[in-house]
Amino acid sequence: AYLELHYIPWVSNVCVTLTAVPRNYDPALHPFEVPREYTRALNATKLERVFAKPFLSSLDGHRDGVNCMAKHPKSLSTVLSGACDGEVKIWNLTKRQCIRTIQAHEGFVRGMCARFCGTSFFTVGDDKTVKQWKMESPEYGEEEEPIHTILGKTVYTGIDHHWKEAVFATCGHQVDIWDEQRTSPMCSLTWGFDSISSVKFNPIETYLLGSCASDRNIVLYDMRKSTPLKKVILNMRTNTLCWNPMEAFIFTAANEDYNLYTFDMRFLESPVMVHMDHVSAVLDVDYSPTGKEFVSASFDKSVRIFPVDKGHSREVYHTKRMQHVITVKWTSDNKYILCGSDEMNIRLWKANASEKLGVLAPREKAAMNYNQKLKEKFQYHPKIRRIAQHRHLPKSIYCQVKEQRIMREARRRK
Amino acid sequence: MAEDWLGVEAAVSASEGEDGDEGQEDGERRHQRLLEAVSSLSGRKRRKLAERTEASMQVSEFNVSCKGAGEKLVLSELLQPIRPKSALSSVKKELTRVKQKKAVELPLSKEEAKRVVREAAYVRTSKDVGKWQQVVLQNRRAEQLVFPLKQEIATVVPLEQAASAWKARTPLEQEIFGLLRKTQQPITDPLLTPEETASLQAMSLEEARQRRAELQKARVVQSYYEAKARREKKIKSKKYHRVLKKTKRRKALKEFELLHKSDPEAALARLEELEQLRMQERMSLKHQNKGKWARSRAIMAKYDLEARKAMQEQLAKNKELTQKVRVELPEEEPGDVPEEAVTSVTVPTVPAGASGANPWMLGKPSSPAEEPEVQEGVGDVAAPGTAESKEEEEEEEEMSEEEALLQDFAQKRHVRQQQAGSPEGRGADEAEAVSELLGDGPIPTICAEEQASAGIEQPPQAQEEILLSEHLGQARTMEDVEALASEEHGEEPEKPAAARAEKQVQQQEKGRAGDRRAKKPPAKKKIISLQAMLAETSQEVQCPSLPVVVEEEEGGFDQRGVITEAFAGDDVVADFRREKRKAEQAAKPQPVNLVLPGWGEWGGTGLKPSTKKIKRFLLKPPPAPPRKDQHLPHVIMSEQRNIHAAAHQVSELPFPFERHQQFEQSIRTPVGPTWNTQRAFQKLTAPRVITRAGHIIQPISAEDVPNVAPAAGGRAKPALEIAPKRQEQPFRRPRRRAR
Repeated sequence: AYLELHYIPWVSNVCVTLTAVPRNYDPALHPFEVPREYTRALNATKLERVFAKPFLSSLDGHRDGVNCMAKHPKSLSTVLSGACDGEVKIWNLTKRQCIRTIQAHEGFVRGMCARFCGTSFFTVGDDKTVKQWKMESPEYGEEEEPIHTILGKTVYTGIDHHWKEAVFATCGHQVDIWDEQRTSPMCSLTWGFDSISSVKFNPIETYLLGSCASDRNIVLYDMRKSTPLKKVILNMRTNTLCWNPMEAFIFTAANEDYNLYTFDMRFLESPVMVHMDHVSAVLDVDYSPTGKEFVSASFDKSVRIFPVDKGHSREVYHTKRMQHVITVKWTSDNKYILCGSDEMNIRLWKANASEKLGVLAPREKAAMNYNQKLKEKFQYHPKIRRIAQHRHLPKSIYCQVKEQRIMREARRRK
Repeated sequence: MAEDWLGVEAAVSASEGEDGDEGQEDGERRHQRLLEAVSSLSGRKRRKLAERTEASMQVSEFNVSCKGAGEKLVLSELLQPIRPKSALSSVKKELTRVKQKKAVELPLSKEEAKRVVREAAYVRTSKDVGKWQQVVLQNRRAEQLVFPLKQEIATVVPLEQAASAWKARTPLEQEIFGLLRKTQQPITDPLLTPEETASLQAMSLEEARQRRAELQKARVVQSYYEAKARREKKIKSKKYHRVLKKTKRRKALKEFELLHKSDPEAALARLEELEQLRMQERMSLKHQNKGKWARSRAIMAKYDLEARKAMQEQLAKNKELTQKVRVELPEEEPGDVPEEAVTSVTVPTVPAGASGANPWMLGKPSSPAEEPEVQEGVGDVAAPGTAESKEEEEEEEEMSEEEALLQDFAQKRHVRQQQAGSPEGRGADEAEAVSELLGDGPIPTICAEEQASAGIEQPPQAQEEILLSEHLGQARTMEDVEALASEEHGEEPEKPAAARAEKQVQQQEKGRAGDRRAKKPPAKKKIISLQAMLAETSQEVQCPSLPVVVEEEEGGFDQRGVITEAFAGDDVVADFRREKRKAEQAAKPQPVNLVLPGWGEWGGTGLKPSTKKIKRFLLKPPPAPPRKDQHLPHVIMSEQRNIHAAAHQVSELPFPFERHQQFEQSIRTPVGPTWNTQRAFQKLTAPRVITRAGHIIQPISAEDVPNVAPAAGGRAKPALEIAPKRQEQPFRRPRRRAR
């Protein structure tokens, strides 16, 4: 017979004692399993909503809107951000403090990325330069200066570093691929003449690049052949794209038409999934490191989390003070979300709104898993679904959502 | 042909002007040769144009020159074959070749060239990327994914290695290491001090075996002993324990006597010790007025005379007990010691002391703990007594015991007489009579002593009874107790309250008579004692000062009655029947009345539509199908939809399910720990994605999945993890295999 560990409440204050108690699992002795589990699921769902407090803290210190962010590849507690006044700040997330400030550029910091080893990072700005900086702050008395500065001919609007080699790519008038040691690009990739807003290396098949241009298209490049591969033209401009870190051929594009499009790069005729819920242009997107979900930042002052295989978001984050969210990042431990917005703040959110932070006791963990399973099991029941799906939205978004729905209905009817 | 011809003509015309001088002719030839050389360089064979260099009469249209006319013919030259191929054949070939060849294509435009390259590159790249398909599908379908995929295995560095790499730098460390070295503490593996190694080496295998065998034996013996002790302890027989106790006592006594003979000093010391023990026992709170009973008496004493008496008696006893007892005769016969004594352990060797001064002898009648013996004393105690007599070990002692018992009974009888007598005004004379009846020396004196305080002291009867019933319960099995309860219940109403006092007296007398006879069949005795008890209860009832107590007791007896009384109005069964009938009525289809008064006949107040009309327009519905619960008297089955429940139910089949059975199945299986074993519960509730706090999850890399297709097919399913700890790595296995 199985023994079960039982918790004895009357000694719990002093110390937790576990004793083995034989249990009888005869179903006749435990009737009404479905109603009982249903009640538990209902309670679990309610508790989840009760404990859903995703906002952790706000990192303030920038003197202009936050325009771009970068994750440190080796340290979870470090994050970098660049603002519209050319300032770059490095933050310590555990202390929630700014640990370093650099006046990197004149004008916007358009893009930034960290080197894969985490020793240095690159920024590009409106002053037509690409700068490489050390990750460590300078020694006492040392000048805050970039390691390298490359002066280009045109403005660079984005930068991304190769995941394994000392190569990085910038975009602007064209996509340039640079060797870190040289001051001129190894190769320039063009296809049409329009400004390219962002470029991203594929994290798995690292020779692949994706870029999105303002002539409404997304272009894929192959670095080995130094040729563009394929172009997708959408209805409106794509702001950024992000590759799935677990599925080499999947990427998601954040579009101006309020939607996100997930594509399989082998079959670009139609997107795999269209994710809609935003009510304004989607400005940034970032995948969770598990590749199961992604987070998107929008001009409608909200951040949404989408499962990769669902057309609608599972979560929406907003605060009264958060303005247009320009950039968003999902931390590498899959636990937190960072978003930088117009009103100069970087906000730290929990990726799972009702998750309990900190160390969990084994029993707590078991209870959590059980509750999760119950919620999953009874998710289709109307009462539970109603509670689980209930979210508060600011009035502006709420009205716009309604409006969008009406418009969509009307279009369908036509 | 025409061209050739023209060419010839031109050459002729050109040469005509230059006929005159020889030197020029020579130069011409050289030039001619040069031209030939140049023309031969250009690769193409041109047909040699014959040249007419001299004027002659015979101008052949076949272009035969007369240059070599004067030369001799050599036969051998004639024998040489004519060239097989005509000079034009090559030209012809050229011509056909030219005709076959198409026009040379224009080079592709730059744009198009790029497009071609792009398409090729795209096809190739998407094929490259397609190798991830299997992995991706597998991960999407996986029951559980553990991130980060690639886990660093924390390797344990051997101690020596760590120690060798590390050096003591700070003074504290150096000091510590110095100490360790001084005491020869081991720093390297195996971690054994020199002593330990020496001891390890010292013990030989045989020795160890022997030692082990010894230990085993000792353990076995111990376990046997333990088992025996346990078994003996479990024995419930009172008789057995009594005998055991007695033998122990005897043994102790013998030992003591032996000691007394051999070493009187030691015996005295031992006696002292025992006395000390006894005193301690006395000093304990056993007889102080702090017990539950004593406290209840103290409360009651204010209102109840008897209670007051009992309390005073108790106090007196306490006083007596706490007085120091003088030991006069240490080696008295121990047979007098009553076996019911509380100090059972020490008693055997304790000399009973002066029987007159023994507080236990005094306390017998009034101490509530011993009281049950009074009622059924003969039945209980006498039987073992006879058993002991059968043992015929020491007749004298038996006798003495019996004597002691007799004394006890006498006392008790005496007390009972007092109790019975005092309300009636009878006093000491009866007691005197009793004392006379028993012609014992010491006991009358006791009685006299008792008598002195008897006027005030009297044990409260209520208390007696409660304890009594308890005791009865203890003596028997549960069935007995139940039987007893029912008996009491049944007997109580039989007795008219008025007659009880007299009966009690009778019974007491009977009991006395029984005492005189000393032995009686126990069953009869029991009945009698019960009756006595009941009679006493009734006495209590009569007492007007204790209404509360009476009620409680009544309630205690009549539990069922109380319950039935409390729920007198509730007839659940009838209610249910009524409810069911109502439900049946409601479920019956109702006839539809379409009768319109006034149509086709006169209408108005007091006029009813004709029966014919009613018959025609009252539509009777077909009878309902038989109810499902018609043969189930305890069940109402309703097939109506419950709106309140419906709010919680799923109205349409959710997406991934194809049939509603599937969905129901998924809901029906419980996952909770109430219905599943711990292991199954953990498996059922294992989360889909496990991440570890503080671990960076790197993107999946080709190193993780070296050979995609076989990995997907042949990989064993890893066990599901409940927690992120002790994980197996889903992608590590194939790699291991690959190596």
